[in-house]
Amino acid sequence: MAETLFQKVWNAHAVRTRPSGQTQLFVGLHLIHEVTTPQAFDMLRQHGWRVAFPDRTFGTVDHIVPTDTQRRPFVDLMAEEMTTALERNCREFGIHLAGPGEAGGAGSPGSDDQGIVHVIGPELGLTQPGMTIACGDSHTSTHGALGAIALGIGTSQVRDVLASQCLSLDRLKVRRIDIEGRLAPGVYAKDVILTIIRRLGVQGGVGFAYEYGGSAVDRMTIEERMTLCNMSIEGGARAGYVNPDDTTFAFLRGRRFAPHGDAFGRAVAWWRSIASDADAPYDDRVRLDAASIEPTVTWGINPGQSVGIGEPLPSAPGDTAVDEALAFMGFAAGSRMEGTPIDVAFIGSCTNGRLSDLQEAARIVRGRRVAPGVKALVVPGSRAVSREAEALGLDEVFRRAGFEWRGAGCSMCLGMNTDRLEGRQVCASSSNRNFKGRQGSPTGRTLLMSPAMVAAAAIAGRVVDVRSLLNEVPA
Amino acid sequence: MTRDAPGAAAVSVITGRGIPLRGDDIDTDRIMPARFLRATSFEGLERHLFEDDRAARPDHPFNDARFAGAAWLVVNSNFGCGSSREHAPQGLARAGIRGIVGESFSEIFQGNAAMLGVPCFAADRQAIERLQTLIEHTPNLIVNARVDSCLITAGPLRLTATLPAALRDGFLSGQWNPTAMLLDRFDEVRAVAERLPYLNGFEDVRP
Repeated sequence: MAETLFQKVWNAHAVRTRPSGQTQLFVGLHLIHEVTTPQAFDMLRQHGWRVAFPDRTFGTVDHIVPTDTQRRPFVDLMAEEMTTALERNCREFGIHLAGPGEAGGAGSPGSDDQGIVHVIGPELGLTQPGMTIACGDSHTSTHGALGAIALGIGTSQVRDVLASQCLSLDRLKVRRIDIEGRLAPGVYAKDVILTIIRRLGVQGGVGFAYEYGGSAVDRMTIEERMTLCNMSIEGGARAGYVNPDDTTFAFLRGRRFAPHGDAFGRAVAWWRSIASDADAPYDDRVRLDAASIEPTVTWGINPGQSVGIGEPLPSAPGDTAVDEALAFMGFAAGSRMEGTPIDVAFIGSCTNGRLSDLQEAARIVRGRRVAPGVKALVVPGSRAVSREAEALGLDEVFRRAGFEWRGAGCSMCLGMNTDRLEGRQVCASSSNRNFKGRQGSPTGRTLLMSPAMVAAAAIAGRVVDVRSLLNEVPA
Repeated sequence: MTRDAPGAAAVSVITGRGIPLRGDDIDTDRIMPARFLRATSFEGLERHLFEDDRAARPDHPFNDARFAGAAWLVVNSNFGCGSSREHAPQGLARAGIRGIVGESFSEIFQGNAAMLGVPCFAADRQAIERLQTLIEHTPNLIVNARVDSCLITAGPLRLTATLPAALRDGFLSGQWNPTAMLLDRFDEVRAVAERLPYLNGFEDVRP
């Protein structure tokens, strides 16, 4: 019988079906970080449980770590305490940690690998097709870009996965989303996913896994697919994935934790076999025309509230959600995002903090200057991304233009570390959430867009159509 | 109170006063702003529930003494969307919320709340708005729910809500926290691991 990747992977990992109908699902890879695990480890100790599969557990620090300097001990004492707690827990339970380096030391083993958990998983080849992956972070859906079923979980579930390597879950339905045709220059995966969320709603994906496909997705790199899958959760879908193909296999070849030698060929055979069958049944299907997508910017307080750069903001008298968002943002119904002054430009996050994101942004920035009064920062998603970008001289391109070039971490995506908006600042951001208060100031305002659009906004000091800069050579 | 002991008691009836919180798409960043995740325990989170929303809106229900001590939270659609932080339901549970009823919930939030023994019941918009209005007018009203029938009563109002079957069974049997079940028959877990090609060098691949 024809099946989707979701069904095949789910069935391969099902330990048993509970009488209630939930599946006890084996988790093939458990990624952990400093913010959602300390309580889980405490619960483990309290019950005297061990970590069931320490070899299938991998840790890093990303949310709370400072990105201005990562020398230990951190000036931020809570960052130091939470990092130390994770280091202690990983040591005690025998878990590999890609830490920031020991306090006062020259760097612990593996610390070259530190970075945002959803950036380093694929980068190290830990993330592979056909796996089930869990992490105490909703953007775990990112890993679906390689054909894995990856789920965000809470801390009690982190405890369960540590103790048993399993979760108890209801099976998801699958919605196939075909994006057909070619994206115009200046239009990126970020614009595609913002458009999908706008069309299907922030809640449209509840109960579903999103399977992305179609000719536009077939042409996407793995990094672009990661951007797409990353924001599945913003559309309510707990998981999103792309079927593995030659692009996937080429991406994985040679990565440290990917299979090597003969095993790689055998792996490819299995990976191909778990892709959705051509005639697989879907619970729903949606089709989008890639060519119709414009550079997209959010104007409101959830990721579904976005417009194409050429479109006016909605005018919906009496719609309380629209009214609330416009009032919070200080925008007028019917106005346009183009020309909106910005105070901060943030390039980074698990959505758009990978090398290709930085390269696209650097294309815009090269030979130009950040507008006066704009605080602009680039935060690579991992130390590996940093190193690769520096080898290409991108750090210099950004610095010369007036950007800060930071260490790896989540930084200004969320108000958990020292990078935060202040007051009513407006931030052009390549991150994933424009919720009220998300970037650390209760009244701060976030405009989500692609990294290239953020770069363009940084240069102009206001929201502009990145296509105008792509076509114009700087003096 | 320990909220993480496996094999905890069954949750079959929830009775108490309610707190109405109107608005769609209330995300977990608003329920528990990120700066309060800077801690290695969940203790004290109840003090920071909706902290920024409360500061922005003096009339926020969580500022209103009439609703203090509520056992029920009554919300609208897509409540708990966004971040998977369990800190949000932890804060609510530690503030004494034992049941949530709303139009709809994010899946991760609903699952996290269930792990704490807090059911999230869903009902249609009209019924929810009537319940919210009723509580706003009569804060001392007692809201009562039976988990088995999902029947919620409050004064003159009777509404039939829904709860995913698996969660309902878990609450009724006292197994809403599945750790013990997941650890039971661990040999079956090992057997799955032994079959997975990627844990076995892809030695036995049968496409």
